Amino acid sequence: MSGFISSSIARKVAMALSALFLIFFLIIHLSVNLTSVFSESLFNELSHFMGTNPLVQFALQPVLIFGVVFHFVMGFVLELKNKKASTVKYAKNNGAANSSWSSRNMIYSGLVILAFIVLHFIDFWFPELNVKYIQGDMSGLLEGTQDFRYFEELQHKFVPVWRVIAYVVAFALLGVHLAHGFQSAFQSMGFNNKYTKTVKSLGNIYSIVIPLGFIIVAVFHHLNH
Amino acid sequence: MTTLNSKIPKGPIKDKWTTYKDKIDLVNPANKRNIDVIVVGTGLAGGSASATLAELGYNVKAFAYQDSPRRAHSIAAQGGINAAKNYQGDGDSTYRLFYDTVKGGDYRSREANVHRLAEVSANIIDQCVAQGVPFARDYGGLLDNRSFGGVLVSRTFYAKGQTGQQLLLGAYSAMNRQIGRGKIQMYNRHEMMDVVIVDGKARGIIARNLVTGEIERHSAHAVVIASGGYGNVFFLSTNAMGSNVSAGWKIHKKGAFFANPCYTQIHPTCVPVHGENQSKLTLMSESLRNDGRIWVPAIKEDAEAIRAGKKKANDIAEEDRDYYLERRYPAFGNLVPRDVASRAAKERADAGYGVGHNETGEAVFLDFAAAIQRYGKEQAKIKNLDEKDAVLVTRLGKDVVEAKYGNLFQMYEKIVDENPYETPMMIYPAVHYTMGGVWVDYNLMTTIPGCYCIGEANFSEHGANRLGASALMQGLADGYFVLPYTIGDYLSDDIRTGKIPTDTPEFEQAEKEVKEKIDFFINNNGSKSVDHFHKRLGKIMWNKVGMSRNEKGLKEAIAEIKALREEFWKEVTVPGAADTYNEQLAKAGRVADFLELGELFAKDALERNESCGGHFREESVEEDGPQKGEAKRDDENFAFVSAWEYKGEPSDAVLHKEELEFNDIELKQRSYK
Amino acid sequence: MKLTLKIWRQSGANDKGALVDYQLDGVSPDMSFLEMMDMLNEQIINEGGEPVAFDHDCREGICGMCSMYINGEAHGPDRGVTTCQLHMRMFKDGETIYIEPFRAASFPVIKDLVVDRSAFDRIQHAGGYISVNTSGNTQDANATPISKIDADKAMDAATCIGCGACVATCKNSSAMLFVGAKVSQYALLPQGQVEAADRVLNMVKQMDEEGFGNCTNTGACEVECPKGISLENIARMNREFLKASI
Repeated sequence: MSGFISSSIARKVAMALSALFLIFFLIIHLSVNLTSVFSESLFNELSHFMGTNPLVQFALQPVLIFGVVFHFVMGFVLELKNKKASTVKYAKNNGAANSSWSSRNMIYSGLVILAFIVLHFIDFWFPELNVKYIQGDMSGLLEGTQDFRYFEELQHKFVPVWRVIAYVVAFALLGVHLAHGFQSAFQSMGFNNKYTKTVKSLGNIYSIVIPLGFIIVAVFHHLNH
Repeated sequence: MTTLNSKIPKGPIKDKWTTYKDKIDLVNPANKRNIDVIVVGTGLAGGSASATLAELGYNVKAFAYQDSPRRAHSIAAQGGINAAKNYQGDGDSTYRLFYDTVKGGDYRSREANVHRLAEVSANIIDQCVAQGVPFARDYGGLLDNRSFGGVLVSRTFYAKGQTGQQLLLGAYSAMNRQIGRGKIQMYNRHEMMDVVIVDGKARGIIARNLVTGEIERHSAHAVVIASGGYGNVFFLSTNAMGSNVSAGWKIHKKGAFFANPCYTQIHPTCVPVHGENQSKLTLMSESLRNDGRIWVPAIKEDAEAIRAGKKKANDIAEEDRDYYLERRYPAFGNLVPRDVASRAAKERADAGYGVGHNETGEAVFLDFAAAIQRYGKEQAKIKNLDEKDAVLVTRLGKDVVEAKYGNLFQMYEKIVDENPYETPMMIYPAVHYTMGGVWVDYNLMTTIPGCYCIGEANFSEHGANRLGASALMQGLADGYFVLPYTIGDYLSDDIRTGKIPTDTPEFEQAEKEVKEKIDFFINNNGSKSVDHFHKRLGKIMWNKVGMSRNEKGLKEAIAEIKALREEFWKEVTVPGAADTYNEQLAKAGRVADFLELGELFAKDALERNESCGGHFREESVEEDGPQKGEAKRDDENFAFVSAWEYKGEPSDAVLHKEELEFNDIELKQRSYK
Repeated sequence: MKLTLKIWRQSGANDKGALVDYQLDGVSPDMSFLEMMDMLNEQIINEGGEPVAFDHDCREGICGMCSMYINGEAHGPDRGVTTCQLHMRMFKDGETIYIEPFRAASFPVIKDLVVDRSAFDRIQHAGGYISVNTSGNTQDANATPISKIDADKAMDAATCIGCGACVATCKNSSAMLFVGAKVSQYALLPQGQVEAADRVLNMVKQMDEEGFGNCTNTGACEVECPKGISLENIARMNREFLKASI
């Protein structure tokens, strides 16, 4: 079994599994976010549920965090190992002739996404943790009102243009990352058959629709504040 | 004078091999562990022999000049492998394969050997399928066959156009299993420099590590040479660049007789020569003749216009085309044996009907248009589509042709830059295979005790001409099913010998000679490259010892090669050092041997004043009757194997004759009319 | 044609090596790339220099011996061919051509453009075979029918010539296309089933030990492979590996 875990293919599969998990998570995240465009109250309800439900908070959230961390750490480990496997570089290399930019630069799109996640955590997650678990306010209400605070906070965050731009750039890179990552995850898991074409098309749609959705939400709140 | 003992077992031909195997001496499994065997070359013969000997329990040391056994030139064989399986129910049998091979070889091979080959041919297919060789199959899941030149049945098994590759990978996988077990020690990028004889027996070799330049001594109880053919004596051939005669020539110089050097196969379907800088010729598989029709213009002016680039093949009307093989040989048509097809192409080109773009016009057309239409109509019928829709039929037909020969067509297009689906291919004969080689007895042992020779390197089964898809059969038969048995008979005397030491005077002397020669090359102050000499040798060989030979030309060739050899030793330059990777140095040694072989080759051709198989003497032609103009064999005076004994200069070589007896097949004029 | 060649020269495994410029005139578009190299070497020898070492043998695209990274691509810019089948008509008069050895930590340079690909052999020793002895009485070749589709797929995988272009072209120097092809050939045939699990585990283990990188599915190998070996084979290897492990 130890041989299995340290083998190159097991690592690929682990990378793919964590990726598929994150791909699934992005759909949930975007669905919740999109409600903010249509209905302030629904968004608030959902946010409150996600933020206070013990199952979500203490079971799903740690799994998610683990998934994210694992995907990044494994990504770096593989990158380092692969660097070691190809020590001398070509004087002239024409990578564009045989592969897509996104597939060759997953580490860079990944690094941008990592930077984004740090920013995103600073923007939303750390303040949440602070309010809920340090100050102990589990009510989810705006101070001194009976209204939920979530929508208000969201809109407030997207006032500065720089943040909107940062988010848009990050989502664009997320799209690039997914453009290769989606179908690559299936290939790594050994899925390559007559449905592969469909998987690839799905991946293309996914890698455009999901980032675009997030961008719309960010831009919408910036414009509608 | 030594008399040649071919050691053919007594008894009826059908039982010879079985009875012989039953009575042969064996080595018990415990003793096999104490016996070492060296195998030089890892193609089909050497690879399969190494694997099988190791399976039996011998310690094998295998040597290849390539960087992996998988790259030996057997890999380039395209068309297929024959076996008397009669899966097609078309009347095939062991006897028929035996008969076809003897007849195809123009009655110059040893009956007993050929019959044994036919007997084990079916085992080869079973063995290869068990190893996972992906032969072509039909929709019922059973093995498919196609037919090859010179026979009237479909007995050729194939794996696309890459049969040699797949069979070699099969043998290589069997080797891998034994390398993994430690029973084969593999020496890649090593070249055999000489054989070491101790007390009259072959007991080892001197090898050069081609990466480090180190000279190594390797001992064994027997040495097997499986180093392939010597077609590269012509410089331009379908052989690999590294293919050479050196291993065979070294043992020849130490006492192994060299048999029938003049029997060379000129393959009719190769891509024509494009220019002076050409380094090798590319074969288009004979299987193409199953479907392609060979023609030249019937009108000389048309041929001239094509040569000048004023007309294209497709401009020539159907009635102005001369399908000369179909015209001359109605029974076999485009599927006549290789020697016949090659000579017919040369005859047309010499008569001024060639269509090549080079100055000699050396090319003929190989046309698939008819096959495309035939297959297209058949497919339209099967698929219930409109047979009269010309575009559809052509498309369907092209699909079938592509499925059968796609990789060959692609290869052709890459080389020539013309689309063979649209315009006929241009082909011309080229040196392909050498039926001659080291003389061996029924056990495949040379005239040096303990030194064996298998595969293309020996002379045995193909007589004066080899039929298509028989080389793979012979290589694997020797390696899988013959040598591993017959070598036991010899090695059974060696169970108490113990390890052969390499610190003996014999090894020392052999190593010293090898080193001296290398030092000579490195220090020689010449001004001409090795290739310079090789190309000149090739020109002499092709022009005077090529597809058709005569006394005057052969005598000139002998003198010219001798002079060239003397010039080589004075003028050759080898850059670089001896103790590094040095391809020029390796080549110099090989060309030095070709320069000796070439002369013996011409001498043998001069001696054999008859036309047989691939050897065509202009002095020996049918003068009249229905066979007028065809090659004339002289069974009364030449039904023997010429085995040459080395005596210093090639001109001093002594001829020994092994008379060929034909008890089971009647000697007849070989007619494909 | 007149060409400027930038060729990697390295006298031995321990030498640092560098690109050296050469001018070559009179190249014909009908020449193969290796014939162009022969011509260059003839010129170098006549000038008293040491010719460029490069691997080559069959010169018809099947032995897998020739290598070379030409203008940033394994086996050069043409598709479906090895370097020996690459023709000079693919290049323009006056062009500058970069010629480098196949690069990978597991393919150390021996000299100039010659690299050591014995790692491939060692992977095969670990399991690239079916354990069957040569007996002369194995079962009849037609005893087990094999569906044409599977047989054809096995054949497609088996066409791999082991040249190493997949490794050379991969940014991770991964050998998975090569190993995937070998595993697939046997996995697709009934004869290969008995040892299937051990085979894939052992071959992957050896592949990892040789220091090849991991596949990140860029697909570059499939594009540059002279025999068009499909990525499907990597997926099949992954499946076989999971099946054998779990």
